[in-house]
Amino acid sequence: MESQALLVLLLFVLVLSIFLGFELINKVPSTLHTPLMSGANAISGITIVGALLASGGEGTFSSVLVGTFAVFFASINVVGGYLVTNRMLKMFKKK
Amino acid sequence: MIAFFQSPIFVNLAYIFASILFIFGLKMLSSPETAQRGNLVSASGMLIAILVTLTQNEIIAYEYLLVALIGGLLVGVLAASLVKMTSMPELVALFNGFGGIASLLVGVAEFINPSSSTLIQIIAISFTVLIGGITFSGSLVAFGKLSEIISGKPLILFGQRFVLSALLLIAFLLALELIISTGILNISSQTILFILIGVTLILGVLLTAPIGGADMPVVIALLNSYSGLAASSAGFVINNNVLIVAGALVGASGLILTNIMCKAMNRSLSNVLFGGFGAATSSSEGGGQIQGEVKPITAEDAYLILEAANSVLVVPGYGMAVSQAQHVVRELGELLEDNGCEVKYAIHPVAGRMPGHMNVLLAEANVSYDVLAEPDDVNPLMDTVDVCIVIGANDVVNPDARENEGSPIYGMPVIEVDRAKTVFILKRSMAAGFAGIDNPLFLKENSRMLFGDAKESISTLVSEFKT
Repeated sequence: MESQALLVLLLFVLVLSIFLGFELINKVPSTLHTPLMSGANAISGITIVGALLASGGEGTFSSVLVGTFAVFFASINVVGGYLVTNRMLKMFKKK
Repeated sequence: MIAFFQSPIFVNLAYIFASILFIFGLKMLSSPETAQRGNLVSASGMLIAILVTLTQNEIIAYEYLLVALIGGLLVGVLAASLVKMTSMPELVALFNGFGGIASLLVGVAEFINPSSSTLIQIIAISFTVLIGGITFSGSLVAFGKLSEIISGKPLILFGQRFVLSALLLIAFLLALELIISTGILNISSQTILFILIGVTLILGVLLTAPIGGADMPVVIALLNSYSGLAASSAGFVINNNVLIVAGALVGASGLILTNIMCKAMNRSLSNVLFGGFGAATSSSEGGGQIQGEVKPITAEDAYLILEAANSVLVVPGYGMAVSQAQHVVRELGELLEDNGCEVKYAIHPVAGRMPGHMNVLLAEANVSYDVLAEPDDVNPLMDTVDVCIVIGANDVVNPDARENEGSPIYGMPVIEVDRAKTVFILKRSMAAGFAGIDNPLFLKENSRMLFGDAKESISTLVSEFKT
């Protein structure tokens, strides 16, 4: 795809996602704001996709090395984020 | 068959599916009943995205990435299962930072990869490095402040704003040079990138250091937003929609929480970021003298009042978490309910060290989530409340926010406990709260001070009820 068309498409996705995000998050009750933050934090670990491609893909030794560190940090973010969110949400009970 | 799973159309459809799962996961967070399942839905979206990426034929070597994945997995599992609920803000700050540095490294890896990058990619790389770097070092400072490794006091350096503006300008010029590469600096573009990284790391520290401990909820929410923006920006680097969508969702989430926190403190974001609130002096000292005297009460007398009460409102603050009183508080609440009394908990948005922190601590102590209320829910009914028990909260119940125009917190929405028939305030001493301002609540006619460790005081009340 031509790079300008691609940019427009990606920006389109970005803008719509931000609006969607506002709609979704506004409905989260304040009692769940901490799990929301840690859960959202885990989602931001999606950058692991880019990290995996950099670490396992073609490249120089240094680009692979940098990518590998990215995988390490992103996977802490993903795994730790989801687990700790689950641990918190498990405690929210109604009697 | 394998060829199909590696085809761009399948991979992209799988990424779209992962995005849908993230969206549904967040949607299910709108109620505590579905929230846990929502988190699992979101996590399965992530798993799909990771697995699909791993099977792509662009990946030619697995040894490094598997070591990093397993290492990250172990650290993540350990951190998530060992952390205490009181330390949740520190952990989230640290995880935010890791997200930021991961996105920064993705940008760097793409930049130093010999395959040539397009103009758009280089712009995106500059932005990713900028946001990622600020997120990383800013989060580390926030982590240090929250875990009290470094002082929580706002650190205001002389000319801080000037240095900040200058550094931002330098970062902008460096990014511009990366993009248009005029060769003016006569150094390689990689060196420029590394200088840019250094500048962003300093920027992150300078942006977070002036913010006081009491404002940490705002900072974590903001850094949360940044970590999302960094991921979104990394999506432009690798032309990947799932990063853009997921990052934008997180960015929006962090911004909303930041806004809620600022409103709850009646301050603008720039005031939080640059105000150095904790360093400000109280302007009320000279003017209206506070009338009245402190009236202490013993736990035994407090018990007699509680025993006769029909409705009790508990207002917890971070002090409750510090003295680990949440479990005895829940026990007291249950005893009161058995006694025919209605018990609710009023939680101010900025109580605790991060948004919703008190709710998690009370949930951990087995308090049912449907008795946790917000200030807007309890304030209209405050006149009917027999007893308010304020545990380790101070600024969020300060009547000066409504009555004293000279007070630094004037206009901040507070829990209007002074309108209840009786207010018990559990406190170690008469020291001022985080914001360092006086609280006339302690001197009101209907206020009774229950001095001492909150946990011990509540335990005494509990044992009085049991005898």
